[in-house]
Amino acid sequence: MNWLVPLPVVMPLIGTALTLMMARRPRAQRTVSLTVLTATVIVSAALLWFTTTEGSMVVTVGGWAAPLGIVLVADQLAALMLVVSSTMTVCVLVYSIGQGMADGHEETPLSVYHPTYLVLTAGVTNAFLAGDLFNLYVGFEILLVASYVLLTLGGTENRIRAGITYVVVSLLSSVIFLTAIGLIYAATGTLTMAHLVERLDELPDGLRLMLQGMLLLAFGIKAAVFPLSSWLPDSYPTAPAPVTAVFAGLLTKVGVYAIIRTETLLFPGGRAAVVLLILALLTMVVGILGAVAQSDIKRLLSFTLVSHIGYLLFGVGLTTQLGLASAIFYVVHHITIQTTLFLATGLIERRGGSTALDRLGGLARLSPVLAILFLVPALNLAGIPPFSGFIGKLGLVQAGAADGGVLAWLLIAGGLATSLLTLYAVARVWNLAFWRVPHPEMPRRGPLPRLMVGPTLALVALGAGLTVVAGPLFDIGDQAAGGLLERSGYVEAVFGGPR
Amino acid sequence: MTPNLVYVVIVGVLFTAGIAMLLERSLTRVLMGMILLGNGVNLLILLGGHAGAPPIVGAAPGEEMADPLPQIMILTAIVITLGMTAFLLALAYRSSAMAGHDEVQDDVEDRRIMRLAETDQGSGTEDDR
Repeated sequence: MNWLVPLPVVMPLIGTALTLMMARRPRAQRTVSLTVLTATVIVSAALLWFTTTEGSMVVTVGGWAAPLGIVLVADQLAALMLVVSSTMTVCVLVYSIGQGMADGHEETPLSVYHPTYLVLTAGVTNAFLAGDLFNLYVGFEILLVASYVLLTLGGTENRIRAGITYVVVSLLSSVIFLTAIGLIYAATGTLTMAHLVERLDELPDGLRLMLQGMLLLAFGIKAAVFPLSSWLPDSYPTAPAPVTAVFAGLLTKVGVYAIIRTETLLFPGGRAAVVLLILALLTMVVGILGAVAQSDIKRLLSFTLVSHIGYLLFGVGLTTQLGLASAIFYVVHHITIQTTLFLATGLIERRGGSTALDRLGGLARLSPVLAILFLVPALNLAGIPPFSGFIGKLGLVQAGAADGGVLAWLLIAGGLATSLLTLYAVARVWNLAFWRVPHPEMPRRGPLPRLMVGPTLALVALGAGLTVVAGPLFDIGDQAAGGLLERSGYVEAVFGGPR
Repeated sequence: MTPNLVYVVIVGVLFTAGIAMLLERSLTRVLMGMILLGNGVNLLILLGGHAGAPPIVGAAPGEEMADPLPQIMILTAIVITLGMTAFLLALAYRSSAMAGHDEVQDDVEDRRIMRLAETDQGSGTEDDR
């Protein structure tokens, strides 16, 4: 079944070509995008099934065997990320179609939206499946270029301003990544990750540390790790709601995925563990303090997004199987919840006419559906039992306690404080936007189109449903973490046998 | 290519100049910095492989051939840099058309919070109840 592996990359790209040709036929564009992305979800689910039952799947592109050719590797982690991310893209696509129809854009929508959205998906899936560093770089570039276009959609003054910051920061991180790739190739003569596993071990210690540091720096910017995170709350909130939602759900997580992949596969042994843990603590605490100070829901959520990246780093920094498994579970939870919250915020903006907290009020009475759509994922984000946020944090706390070091306990304390402050931040949104009397300037009847509520509701249900499937999901995360730490399985899968 | 001091120095100069330009406020200068950095990286990648005869089967014995991989990577990187340059130029143009200049602006909300911090007030939302 190896022919399934390239499909999540190839199908969206073909979809891009088709939707570009159909630039004047919005209805056909919508059909193609929906079909392609739904097919991607199905293929990703199949990949997850096969990688769980039969082990990693590898495709050597063009038949050139590794390390000469390019390999696409689907192991459990990659397949799991594919399933979650492609599900998000479908839901957000339906939401954006609903928004376009409700805004009367049905006849004159932006014809670049669908092709760009599909390119973004292809970039994300390519980054997850990449088996060599340069292909990972290309995946990053594909998704970044698409995100530049989506962020500056329409070219309003505010979006251009935010877009400039975002583009320049992203370009800088790409340059750092590319420099690291050049140096790694010069030092080892290969870029296939499975080949690097043995070649990197032969390098002097100092050189390895420098390469590791450069990769961490590049991925840290993309994942919005403090102190490299200030670009994110600056740029995300200005984009249209569905775009912000898909960015928040996927883009930073691709950075986290790259950190997990390189830290476990290429640079095992946890030499950067202490740095990662300290950064995790700072990211969590500084991020959430930023969120508490905000008076706009979109900006507040952007800060919680940064803050919760800290939890993921916490799991990675522990370098134990339980820590990694919890981090993987938390990624799945966080992608779902953060996307849902931004979609719900889009609905709030639609009903209340604004996302500024001082211009909202009384939404709970005006629109009970909206209240549920916001409250459930918000509580989930804060980690209220029995939601998946609680389970993920519990796993991280257990992994930290098992580690037992001073730093681990500090992180547990920081994590719990962050969780409480998250609850405070979302409760503040709830108090100000959903209770109180309605603000006089709010529109009397804001429409809530069914096509926008539907996908949001589906994601809320999915986020809550993560609790139900937490056992099997955590098992998959645990197996994936075991595979990551073992390393030999990945190498053998790429080279088709033990070396 | 054996690391040759001239190339190493050129890479260093390109990086230094690129980073210096990157710290400017005007987007056009930032763009120049990006181009310099991009070229610096490309040259750096080229230094990673060894030079020699064209890598075509039968053209030369295997050991004397040039390493084609860095060249392929540079080609890819050049294409990406070209696309990004075009996009950044469009951004700079749009920015100057909208705002009359192409300077990178501070965030609106950041400026608001900064002003509030100077006068030592809260964010104001709670007072409206």
